[in-house]
Amino acid sequence: MSAPSELPNIVGFACQWCTYAGADLAGNLRAKYPPSIKLIKVPCSGRVEPEYILEALANGADGVLVGGCHFGDCHYKEGNYKTANRMMILKKLIEDSGFDSRRFRLEWISGAEGYKFAEVVKEFTEELQAIGPNPLKKGGN
Amino acid sequence: MAKVGVYVCHCGTNIAGVIDVEAVRDYASGLPDVVIARKDLFMCSDSGQEMIKKDIKDGLVDRVVVAACTPRTHEPIFRAACEKAGLNKYLFEMANIRDQNSWVHGHDHAGATAKALKIVASAVGKARNLEPLEEKFVPVTDAALVIGGGIGGISAALELARMGHKTYLVEKEPSIGGVMAQLDKTFPTNDCSACILTPKMVEVYNHPNIVALTYSEVDDVSGYIGNFNVKVRRKQAYVDWVKCTGCGDCASKCPAKVPDRFNAGLSERRAAYIMFPQAVPKKAVIDIDNCLNCAGREIGTEPKVNAKTGKPILAPCEKACPAQAIDRSIAHDPQGEIVEIQVGSIVVATGFQVMEKDWFKEMAPASPNVITALQLERIISATGPSEGKLTRPSDHEKPHVISFLSCMGSRDEHFHSYCSRVCCMYMIKQARLLKEKYPDLVINMHFIDVRSAGKGYDEYYTGARAMGINIFKGKVGGLEMLPGDKLRVLAYDMEGATPIEYESDLVVLATAIELPGDAVSLAQKLGLQFCGSNFFRELHPKLGPVETAVEGLFLAGCCQGPKDIPDTVSQAKGAAAAAAVPLSQGQVKIEPIISEVHPEQCSGCGICAPLCPYHAISLDDYGGHPRAKIEMSACKGCGVCASACPSAAIVLHGYEDTQIFAQIEALTA
Repeated sequence: MSAPSELPNIVGFACQWCTYAGADLAGNLRAKYPPSIKLIKVPCSGRVEPEYILEALANGADGVLVGGCHFGDCHYKEGNYKTANRMMILKKLIEDSGFDSRRFRLEWISGAEGYKFAEVVKEFTEELQAIGPNPLKKGGN
Repeated sequence: MAKVGVYVCHCGTNIAGVIDVEAVRDYASGLPDVVIARKDLFMCSDSGQEMIKKDIKDGLVDRVVVAACTPRTHEPIFRAACEKAGLNKYLFEMANIRDQNSWVHGHDHAGATAKALKIVASAVGKARNLEPLEEKFVPVTDAALVIGGGIGGISAALELARMGHKTYLVEKEPSIGGVMAQLDKTFPTNDCSACILTPKMVEVYNHPNIVALTYSEVDDVSGYIGNFNVKVRRKQAYVDWVKCTGCGDCASKCPAKVPDRFNAGLSERRAAYIMFPQAVPKKAVIDIDNCLNCAGREIGTEPKVNAKTGKPILAPCEKACPAQAIDRSIAHDPQGEIVEIQVGSIVVATGFQVMEKDWFKEMAPASPNVITALQLERIISATGPSEGKLTRPSDHEKPHVISFLSCMGSRDEHFHSYCSRVCCMYMIKQARLLKEKYPDLVINMHFIDVRSAGKGYDEYYTGARAMGINIFKGKVGGLEMLPGDKLRVLAYDMEGATPIEYESDLVVLATAIELPGDAVSLAQKLGLQFCGSNFFRELHPKLGPVETAVEGLFLAGCCQGPKDIPDTVSQAKGAAAAAAVPLSQGQVKIEPIISEVHPEQCSGCGICAPLCPYHAISLDDYGGHPRAKIEMSACKGCGVCASACPSAAIVLHGYEDTQIFAQIEALTA
């Protein structure tokens, strides 16, 4: 069992229709994953501004996850396509800001993919543990 | 300054068994602006809700945070409690510490508790920055539009009309009836299709609340639930339908011949034609693309004059019409006439097409004796080309051996992976009807397996076996054309584990049901999406089978997925009921969680407008400058515009920058 201080701190942005629902389903399924991630609910992954991700990293978050619906499944028709475009550019910006771009992940997780949500968090947590803490981390988790 | 109350739920042991609830409550009480932090065994219980209400009524709190299960199920309950106590319900925020915490971190109590502190802090951070929001209402046009005049559209239109709503029924063909009008009999009761359908067609056409616009197509749709503006293009019939009596004299005199689509291409119709004998409305149409312009009578020209008699020389159709409904001198507009209608809700029931046999190269499509099941339906129908007598197309002789091949294009990764659902049953129906009429006929049916789920369906199938119809499990590998217009069937009998080869006189292909090609442009006009099988996508496969992602737009029948007549009628009645909801309410609620532009901050760059999936953003004049404006009723609150605005002039209420930054701050503190 990991002590809380060793766990990376992940800020997640989850669209309320797919990834947030998928995370709830993980709960229904009792799919275990480390308590590293905390979700911020947004209506659509298209609502996530690049600034939010940069702000979270600048504040010391070890990782940021943006979760949306699969292509073709967006409740708002095409919000996730906008997200995909936006996040592609963001990845570069993150590196330019001096962060390891692996600290940011974009994942498409549907409301039916509870196990996938758990798996993604597990994997991301392990990856972040391997990278080590965000140099700007303020302490705490 | 906000006065935040935090209420932590034990959820029995669901939360408290993992998370130290007292530690969370204690931590919450020290967060900024938190004036009170309480806990309860079940916050959603009556006593839990009363606790919140009392604090609101006593003036202790003006922001409420409940740390419990998930907002997806319980947010409406707590919002209602806030509202009852007199607090704007949008001043409520939920912290998810069960579904996304205690239920998944049972292995790490300390970690789960630490995470709960963060989640509560995040919710408090958002709650401090919440603003009260007001729901708005807009009036509704009490009328509905049903697109498609098959049995689905007819059922939906009748249901809406009976509920008292004015209903427009738009059908692209000259007559309503759809594919069901082409069928001979229907499984599993062998009712004659025309006998049960035609009375419905007449009823829908004559209903005082229904305006049936046949030979018409939807040209454009704008607006939103409650107030859609629809442009319907009434195609040019070149016949005055007010005068036309449907006698058919024009058709009998017309010399131009065209394959008859109603008879699935098995016979020819004239360029001047009535779609079928039971057509509703029974009106003639001149198919101008195939018209020969007899006697040089092009539309819109004056007739030549006979030098001897001095009388004008008319085209045969004009001459034949006893009602003078055809006047080729009139310069008709080939584009037709645009009719604009306003409706509050729309039911899409545009039906399906079946695949043509040419797709299946190994099934000898060149042979006239290989036909689709829809063609057989026309052959055995009393209104068909052979007036119900079974003949094969090559020589009009009665076949002795007839073969049925299932799953042509369905359950086949090369074409469609889905099951077309009706083929097994209609093939059994066709086989039974033929066996009853011609007991000496040898009928061989080849199935991957027989799918007969439905009321009375399996009994119908087992009855077919008892009638002496041969049923083989196994797909047919191919057909070979033989001399004498015969076909060799190369098949496999899985039950006998033997290959089969035999000669057949007529082969019937059960080709897959699919969305017609023109459905794509309709989908674009309506904002409909497609599912993985390329049918229109419903809102939820189980709990929203008639709704779509576009509010006020509903689906019925095969355009949503293959289904039989009873399922189509059921869905159509469901869609009608759902479409009647906004009409009966007289007004629709506009969710306040939508975007708004602050025009004084807007630079008028217009980046947001093309991003909006609902075309809700336009550039409007504001103090002499173009500024973005969001149509409140069309906005669905995705926030794509707010994220893209370089001037931060767009606010998504309920998910404002200050609120989200407060959450980020709390989670990374």
